[in-house]
Amino acid sequence: MQAKKRYILVFVSCAFLAISFCYFGGYRLKVAPNRPRRAQHESAKDGGIQPYAQLPSFISFEQRKPLANESSAAIAASKKNACRMESCFDFTKCYDQFLVYVYPPEPLNSLGAAPPSSANYQKILTAIQESRYHTSDPAAACLFVLGIDTLDRDSLSDDYVRNVPSRLARLPHWNNGRNHIIFNLYSGTWPDYAEHSLGFDAGEAILAKASMSVLQMRHGFDVSIPLFHKQFPLRAGATGSVQSNNFPANKKYLLAFKGKRYVHGIGSETRNSLFHLHNGRDMVMVTTCRHGKSWRELQDNRCDEDNREYDRYDYETLLQNSTFCLVPRGRRLGSFRFLEALQAGCIPVLLSNAWVLPFESKIDWKQAAIWADERLLLQVPDIVRSISAERIFALRQQTQVLWERYFGSIEKIVFTTFEIIRERLPDYPVRSNLIWNSSPGALLTLPTFADSSRFMPFLLNAMGMEPRHNYTAVIYVQIGAALGPNAALYKLVRTITKSQFVDRILVLWAADRPLPLKKRWPPTFHIPLHVIALGGSSRGAATPTVQTGAEARPSISQRFLPYDEIQTDAVLSLDEDAILNTDELDFAYTVWRDFPERIVGYPARAHFWDDSKNAWGYTSKWTNYYSIVLTGAAFYHRYYNYLYTNWLSLLLLKTVQQSSNCEDILMNLLVSHVTRKPPIKVTQRKGYKDRETGRSPWNDPDHFIQRQSCLNTFAAVFGYMPLIRSNLRMDPMLYRDPVSNLRKKYRQIELVGS
Amino acid sequence: MEREVLLHSDTEYRGRNANCTFWDCLNIYKCEHDKLKVYIYPLQEFLDEKSDKVASTLSSEYFQILETVLKSRYYTSNPNEACLFLPSLDLLNQDMFDKHLAGPALSSLNFWDRGENHLIFNMLPGSAPNYNTILDVNIDNAIVLGGGFDSWTYRPGFDVAIPVWSPLVQQISTAPIHNGLHRNYLLVVAQLNILPQHARTFNELKANSAEKILQLGSCGGNEIEARCSSAPHQKRFEYPRILRRGQFCFVGRSLRVGQPDLIEIMSQNCIPVLAIDNFVLPFEDVIDWSLAAVRLRESELHSIIRKLESISSVKILEMQKQVQYLYTNYLKDLKTITITALEIIESRIFPLLARSSRQWNTVNKNSHSTFNPIFLTSLVPKSQGFTAVILTYDRVESLFLLIQKLTVVPSLQSILVIWNNQKKMPPHLSTFPTIAKPLKIIQTRENKLSNRFYPYPEIETEAILTIDDDIIMLTSDELDFGYEVWREFPDHIVGFPSRIHVWDNSTMRWHYESEWTNQISMVLTGAAFHHKYWSHMYTYAMPGDIKHWVDEHMNCEDIAMNFLVANLTNNPPIKVTPRKKFKCPECTNTEMLSADLNHMRERSACIDRFSKIYGRMPLRTVEFRADPVLFRDNFPEKLKRYNDIGSL
Repeated sequence: MQAKKRYILVFVSCAFLAISFCYFGGYRLKVAPNRPRRAQHESAKDGGIQPYAQLPSFISFEQRKPLANESSAAIAASKKNACRMESCFDFTKCYDQFLVYVYPPEPLNSLGAAPPSSANYQKILTAIQESRYHTSDPAAACLFVLGIDTLDRDSLSDDYVRNVPSRLARLPHWNNGRNHIIFNLYSGTWPDYAEHSLGFDAGEAILAKASMSVLQMRHGFDVSIPLFHKQFPLRAGATGSVQSNNFPANKKYLLAFKGKRYVHGIGSETRNSLFHLHNGRDMVMVTTCRHGKSWRELQDNRCDEDNREYDRYDYETLLQNSTFCLVPRGRRLGSFRFLEALQAGCIPVLLSNAWVLPFESKIDWKQAAIWADERLLLQVPDIVRSISAERIFALRQQTQVLWERYFGSIEKIVFTTFEIIRERLPDYPVRSNLIWNSSPGALLTLPTFADSSRFMPFLLNAMGMEPRHNYTAVIYVQIGAALGPNAALYKLVRTITKSQFVDRILVLWAADRPLPLKKRWPPTFHIPLHVIALGGSSRGAATPTVQTGAEARPSISQRFLPYDEIQTDAVLSLDEDAILNTDELDFAYTVWRDFPERIVGYPARAHFWDDSKNAWGYTSKWTNYYSIVLTGAAFYHRYYNYLYTNWLSLLLLKTVQQSSNCEDILMNLLVSHVTRKPPIKVTQRKGYKDRETGRSPWNDPDHFIQRQSCLNTFAAVFGYMPLIRSNLRMDPMLYRDPVSNLRKKYRQIELVGS
Repeated sequence: MEREVLLHSDTEYRGRNANCTFWDCLNIYKCEHDKLKVYIYPLQEFLDEKSDKVASTLSSEYFQILETVLKSRYYTSNPNEACLFLPSLDLLNQDMFDKHLAGPALSSLNFWDRGENHLIFNMLPGSAPNYNTILDVNIDNAIVLGGGFDSWTYRPGFDVAIPVWSPLVQQISTAPIHNGLHRNYLLVVAQLNILPQHARTFNELKANSAEKILQLGSCGGNEIEARCSSAPHQKRFEYPRILRRGQFCFVGRSLRVGQPDLIEIMSQNCIPVLAIDNFVLPFEDVIDWSLAAVRLRESELHSIIRKLESISSVKILEMQKQVQYLYTNYLKDLKTITITALEIIESRIFPLLARSSRQWNTVNKNSHSTFNPIFLTSLVPKSQGFTAVILTYDRVESLFLLIQKLTVVPSLQSILVIWNNQKKMPPHLSTFPTIAKPLKIIQTRENKLSNRFYPYPEIETEAILTIDDDIIMLTSDELDFGYEVWREFPDHIVGFPSRIHVWDNSTMRWHYESEWTNQISMVLTGAAFHHKYWSHMYTYAMPGDIKHWVDEHMNCEDIAMNFLVANLTNNPPIKVTPRKKFKCPECTNTEMLSADLNHMRERSACIDRFSKIYGRMPLRTVEFRADPVLFRDNFPEKLKRYNDIGSL
């Protein structure tokens, strides 16, 4: 034995380190409190030193010395194979904008038949083509999307497109896949379901793929997406199905699973052993082998019993009535079940080792899911039983947040994929983890607006902060009646001037009449008054160019442009003929400070579903509820100007431009879409217009019909009706109370009736 | 004492298993105990038999790492109960060990088994000329806790990226470095081994913005603790102290991707700017570096000034705070680094113990930031109704009257009577008014105010209406409307009697007010709606001794609830409708009726006491109340949803 030895192991005696070193003998180290190194050296003589002080450091000047010119050549030359953004992506195409080009549909083949393209792939393409990412100019594009359906690459599937390699080779901008993105839900086929087997070489294209594993995924390059089923909606889609937020949740079942098992082959083991966990009481684990043509030949001796148990439970009922839902791997790592559980608010318990969860680089799944290990299947019951009610409460809510913000529709899934890639671009700011994982989420938080959440309305409460002080009054002038002390506009400016919170006044002059002379305006003293003439060309860097023709008139949406002059978080949006007193302005502003993410204002309107017309109705009648607060007299956060201008679908902005109407309704839909909350109406005042100002478009009955039709167009483009009703209004604390008016802070409001 | 181990003679170089994942290279069966246990091999020296060369000498840093593990909750001296194994062979710096000896030395370890479940700490991998980003040793299936990963060598979910330690940091005094915008330079570049082409870029940038960049190099010799500006006006600066002069400090790629400069920069509370493509940042799995660092691609270096100048001052302050937070919590010494690395591995093996990204990255101290546990607040069309929880002692007559009033409220789901009297049995259920809604009586074991907030399993709704047995004046419309308001603000306390706290400058204390004022900051739980979750928090998670104190003194449970909710949400309560009288039409003030000045004084003292316990005043003052949309409107009654509202 000794003869063969080439290395000897020597146990080092502790001598050179003083006796305290021998911790393995059971001695405790006597460590002096942290002291500067020099001090330790000095005290070395009296023995009270840290034992490691006498050891050499692991690093020396050698590792840090300045480099000779040639040394850097060596590392630059080292070449890596797997793609990364730096090596496989051309950033120069993405400097100014992040635009996506979609290849035209594949040409017909020799037999005259178009290659198949699944409904889901069509939806992906539609979502992109109707989005603000889209460009029809390949030269302007940062990212290219194939016209070839690559979703299903299982060669046994009906949707499998043949001859993809040759089709790719024909693409004019393919360039080995550089700057291309390939969407894929299924790869590989029976029997091994190889994850990398797409049936073509994706080259340097980014894969947006479902069921990816840690090993196959190119870190920081590919994007893991969820598996979604054939009927998945293009946009909007169902909200999360959680209807209550009870604590504790008190569900009938703790953990549930109902699904196929495969008896043999890859991935079958996990599901085959699930019956061990089934107890028929709070754990329901039912599987069936009854699928596929030849299940009888393949069945094992548990199948009959399993099938009986399987038929006793309904899948939907289990989803709704279980606290946790098991999400085991199938043949592939991902399954439909994951999104189904998420939507149902059934907390996913993952049993799919090495699966990269959807959008894992951004979404913190620890807040919405639980991990189990396929190797430790029998521990699953203990794991779920050990989770506290508080944790369940939080997990369950987070499933709904994530579902709603990133997974509810194909559009959201595609946009999220794009935003993840976009954050890798050199000039695009990276959103924090907190933004990604809380409402309203990354898709509605445009990081180009500001680099801190301080300037956004959503996380202020969580950060323990309030909006910045004061507001900017933005008056939109459409008629431009002659300006004199009795003119509504004149009075309005004077009223605003008296407000204690106004920062500056911005008048947007969109009327055909010429701008009034400076001396015509009421004195505003220390409050700056800016008058901006809205000409034919729109203004500001972030302006959308929605132009129907060369002579296109300026859109009424210009009142919501993110003007540089607006320096405050709060915007008070006003029509020129609004009649409000100073107390009303100040009170509404203080209410807004507590709800900075909502529209807070005076003119309330409501939407309703009109069964007779099978359409949405819009009403300005007095009702017990409202869902809209018009921006003719309302406060909102200036971020919404930015979102309105830079995020809304161009289709919506076009509707507003063409009708020269409905911009205020659209702003309400936008804000409710973001917050999932209604606006807030303040005080009793209903009428907010100076009736004297004739010629107002509001007196036109067509105007009203147009608004109704706008509402329906908007709902169609959003894919759902974002407006939400409220039953309450906010009044000053002592409003109409039988106490002396002198004790009331907002006395002018007492005088205003309906 | 000398121990001998037989070693394999074939030492073919395999490196490591690049395909390792947590799911196949980590033997999870060794970790089935409920805690992570780490075994440390005895300290040994490995010598080449022929040449007597040592495989590696122990460094001070590795000693500290071993010592940290040894003293941590993770340590076990029993290899049979260990989940992970930590060799005592120092592999921190590849320049300092013999890579031909290290492999055989590792495989000679008793439990090596191709590295399964072994931890390898390494900060400086690779060696000339190509400087691999992973150490060139046969480590097979071992987990690498490495400071020099790029995204190709890092195995996500398996390895852990750690910082490269700098001994200079150890000498820094612990005195806090103040945040602020007043730093002399936008950017300090003081890395010695910066790439020559990067240095050239900075020289070019300096031509236009010399006052913004401080570029420093070596002062000659092997000195690390000083940096010098370039000739002809060479100036000498103490390093890393000089980094305090910069808003941002630069770390770039060098021969290795991981550099000790990062930690030095953060120790000086300077915001790191990294230009190292595909470098895996320390603890990247859990730390959100976007909050504390700026990254730019190496090829974008020329735009660094423009990019840094576009960062707002608010963001800079936030990042400075975050740098300080990350440094003190995860990076400040080898002990912290080691424990953080182990915690990351622990959270992979026991995912239930894992902290969320928010918990890893939120600066909590001395700030009012909070996490509202009720964050799913979107309104659902279907309503569950509310459970009325009535706290009563012996006022049976009033209780029955209240029950009769409550039962006609459409949104009432059920009533729970909490009988807080132990001397007397509650009246028999048959004597109660017959009502169409479920009613239950619970007799408590002790007359405690906190019984009102116990999360009884009998409460099946989200919403609880806590109501005193003598609050008989609220109308059905008012209660129904109050519940509707709560549905719109389910994370707030929504109710009827309101109060305000004010700061008294003469006594320098908080003062409690029950006058009718323009402002409120509390809604009393004598008649208020709240989410059942708050009852749970009140019962099980109230800070300090507040709960106990309230039960002792039989007072202030409502104030305590307002503090609790305000502190967790930063939200104000919501007062509903103008009603200010609750017990009888003649009563002038609900509180003055039951109590004297002493009572008020005690309540002021409560506010004072609670705000000290919370370390802040969480209550928020508002000037609004919620009324029905058509309140006081001249409108046909039958079309109004809530009519009976408003009489005081």
